[in-house]
Amino acid sequence: MTTAHAEAADGTLPHEPEKATLEGRNKVLAFWLFLGGEAVLFGTLFATFLALRNQTNEGPSAAELFHLPLVAAATFLLLVSSLTSVFAIQAMHRGNVAQLRNWLVVTVLLGLAFLILEIYEFSVYIRHEEFGMTTSAFSSAFYTLVGFHGAHVAFGILWISVLIGQLLYKGLTVVTAPKIYVSAMYWHFIDVVWVFIFTVVYLLGKVG
Amino acid sequence: MDWITTVDHKKIAILYLWAGGLFFGIGGIEAILIRIQLIKPMNTFLDAQTFNELITMHGTTMIFLGVMPVIFALMNAVIPLQIGARDVAFPFLNSLGFWTFLFGGLLLNLSWVMGGAPDAGWTAYTPLSGKGYSPSHGVDFYTIGLQIAGLGTLIGGINFLATIITMRAPGMSFMRMPMFAWATFITSAIILFAFPAVTVGLVLLTFDRILDANFFNVDGGGNPVLWQHIFWIFGHPEVYILILPAFGIISEVIPTFSRKRLFGYSSMVFATILIAFLGFMVWAHHMFTTGLGPVANALFSVSTMLIAVPTGIKIFNWLFTMWGGQVRFTTPNLFAAGFIPTFTMGGVTGVMLASAPADFQFHDTYFVVAHFHYVIVGGLVLGLFAGLHYWWPKMFGRMLSESLGKWTFWTFIIGFHLTFFVQHFLGLMGMQRRVFTYLPNQQFDTLNLVSTVGAFLMGVGMIIFLVNVFLTSRRPADAPEDPWEDGRTLEWTIPSPPPEYNFKQTPLVRGLDAFWKEKMAGHKAMTPAEPIGPIHMPSATILPFLMSVGIFIAGLGFMFSRDEFSSSMMSFLFNNYIVTALGLLITFGSMLMRSLFDDHGWHIEPEELEGGEQR
Ligand code: HEM
Ligand SMILES: [Cu+2]
Repeated sequence: MTTAHAEAADGTLPHEPEKATLEGRNKVLAFWLFLGGEAVLFGTLFATFLALRNQTNEGPSAAELFHLPLVAAATFLLLVSSLTSVFAIQAMHRGNVAQLRNWLVVTVLLGLAFLILEIYEFSVYIRHEEFGMTTSAFSSAFYTLVGFHGAHVAFGILWISVLIGQLLYKGLTVVTAPKIYVSAMYWHFIDVVWVFIFTVVYLLGKVG
Repeated sequence: MDWITTVDHKKIAILYLWAGGLFFGIGGIEAILIRIQLIKPMNTFLDAQTFNELITMHGTTMIFLGVMPVIFALMNAVIPLQIGARDVAFPFLNSLGFWTFLFGGLLLNLSWVMGGAPDAGWTAYTPLSGKGYSPSHGVDFYTIGLQIAGLGTLIGGINFLATIITMRAPGMSFMRMPMFAWATFITSAIILFAFPAVTVGLVLLTFDRILDANFFNVDGGGNPVLWQHIFWIFGHPEVYILILPAFGIISEVIPTFSRKRLFGYSSMVFATILIAFLGFMVWAHHMFTTGLGPVANALFSVSTMLIAVPTGIKIFNWLFTMWGGQVRFTTPNLFAAGFIPTFTMGGVTGVMLASAPADFQFHDTYFVVAHFHYVIVGGLVLGLFAGLHYWWPKMFGRMLSESLGKWTFWTFIIGFHLTFFVQHFLGLMGMQRRVFTYLPNQQFDTLNLVSTVGAFLMGVGMIIFLVNVFLTSRRPADAPEDPWEDGRTLEWTIPSPPPEYNFKQTPLVRGLDAFWKEKMAGHKAMTPAEPIGPIHMPSATILPFLMSVGIFIAGLGFMFSRDEFSSSMMSFLFNNYIVTALGLLITFGSMLMRSLFDDHGWHIEPEELEGGEQR
């Protein structure tokens, strides 16, 4: 605790600034734990979805509904955003604040594009397919699982945007570095969840 | 104000204790009302609806709002001290966890004055908890209140995990950690993997009720049994969240008052881990009668019975610890000694219930009520009493009165057995649980009367405890560092109550029962692991409180978002989600503040340490 906020005496940052202080290490560890909990959360949502995915109650079924090219495009955007967040962390480890900032901005923009596609997708279902939250057990499970993921993306966008602001205002320090690192972990996690959604919800829905 | 902004784990412990005590009191009054209604056949003291609300709120309150915070109180008070840490890993989150828990609990209890409490049982089985059978807002208070309170529990769990992993004093390896710290560690891990499941369950039920979704609604293709799976995959691990801390407390108290090290320490550790693991595999033993089929029933039956093995190991280890020890029956140790047979009885009926064919007879009778009260009250509550009496001097610097403590013990435990022992027989004779009255001359009359008398006696025990607390609080705070004189672990090496920074110098741990080890080597104090230097402390903050207020407002806003109001202003505010948004704005705004303004904390300098700490 004593050295919690200390920076290297000459003002330069250590190679892995996110792990330079006990506070930073605690934060990274706790975030891993938190992601464990998140995994259970999404696991339960997936289980619910799998249990209810054929309960269409005479509403549209997955095979009728999903339009894979659109979803594939969204998937592509999100996967690339994971890559750009890796670039951001690499830039952070090189101590290059400008590159770090730029990659974070790119990540946020890609996330935003994904979110827009998702909102568009939902709006098509609701307006043209009469497929809303109340249509069937399948629809409830679909919107809840995919919507929860979307809400996570939205939160991530807000969070990383605040961190970009913080970076401009405070610079890269042993206090800001763990936050950026942890937000990148979060972003990867969301991406992994999406890969499962793409497989379990969309691909399985089309073929299974 | 000091209390609202504090991030000191020892003060947060006291907050948890007060809040837990408050809810425990409410739950206790509910229990007494239930028992008054059941004192004689065809009683008209309560009507059926009120009775349903009372049993629902009694179970919910006791489990989520009564005993959980008292467990958290002890953990917060003791864990950093036991592992030789100056603080928890995240003081800010610690405070946030408490406030979300409290506001969740308040929201739930608001239901009593805002149009009816939840009435579908603490398990909220669908479709009983659906809008069709429960049209009032009661169950909405349940889903949203528990959601908010559960958030606090999850935050607390993560905090303890990180604290125990990273903040242990030098030399304190995992296999030198006190059993209560182990219990906290494993309990927190269960919280981390069990609570998100109920989070989802509550969300789904909320969506069914407020957004007309179809998860559990058969008309729309939903599946009510899905709720039972989600609830119990959380609910069964939850009972281990409750009992493992009690095991931890007993494992501290018995060695201290036997002047012997805990028998079979490593087998205790592995039994704890095994119980936690098996706890996740057995949830469907609550659903034998649901119609899962013989194969599933057989598997869950066997896996449930397996849990008896590690549990038995623990019981024998406690007995072997006392065996041949210099046992002193202080109040804490009385409770610990009372715990062992009482909890064992609950375990035995548990194994009976785990036999699926037998469970078809026992299910939803008072036999089940007797079983879980033997484990929860006879196990956990006795354990908590042991822990409270044991650590009270460390938390408050004052010894509770021993003679009043013994009165508490005897009235409580006699009352307890009177209340619940006879319920086994009521159940076997066919009295159903959750019915608000029964017919005369079915041989239920006398036993119910006995049960109610017992409940009042337990109430008397509680009152004696409160009197003890009150009288003690008026005496000077002069408890010594090691008031029981045979303290074995690190918390007994520092003043009672401990200074804000806990340890002036982080201690060096040289073995299991670190303090005892030094005592045996003829030392009076721990060897420090570091020179005296400035100590960094986190600063107090109001943000966790504000964040929780925000969530509370958002929850209320969401709950009433589909209501008709007589005033158009109210309709405008609620039906357009303006109140919800306002609440979220407060929460996110506070998060933003937290992010923008770093907490640099402050330092306690060595000069202050020298003088300030001596008493
Ligand atoms: C003063 C002590 C207590 C008394 C007299 C008491 C009494 C009762 C009674 C009579 C019931 C049965 C209601 C029914 O199913 O018809 C009940 C249910 C229950 N009690 Fe207690 N209780 C006490 C303490 C506790 C404690 C400390 C806990 C938890 C830590 C607890 C947890 C429960 C639970 C979970 C239920 C099931 C509620 C339900 O099925 O809806 N009780 N209690
Ligand atoms: Cu169980």
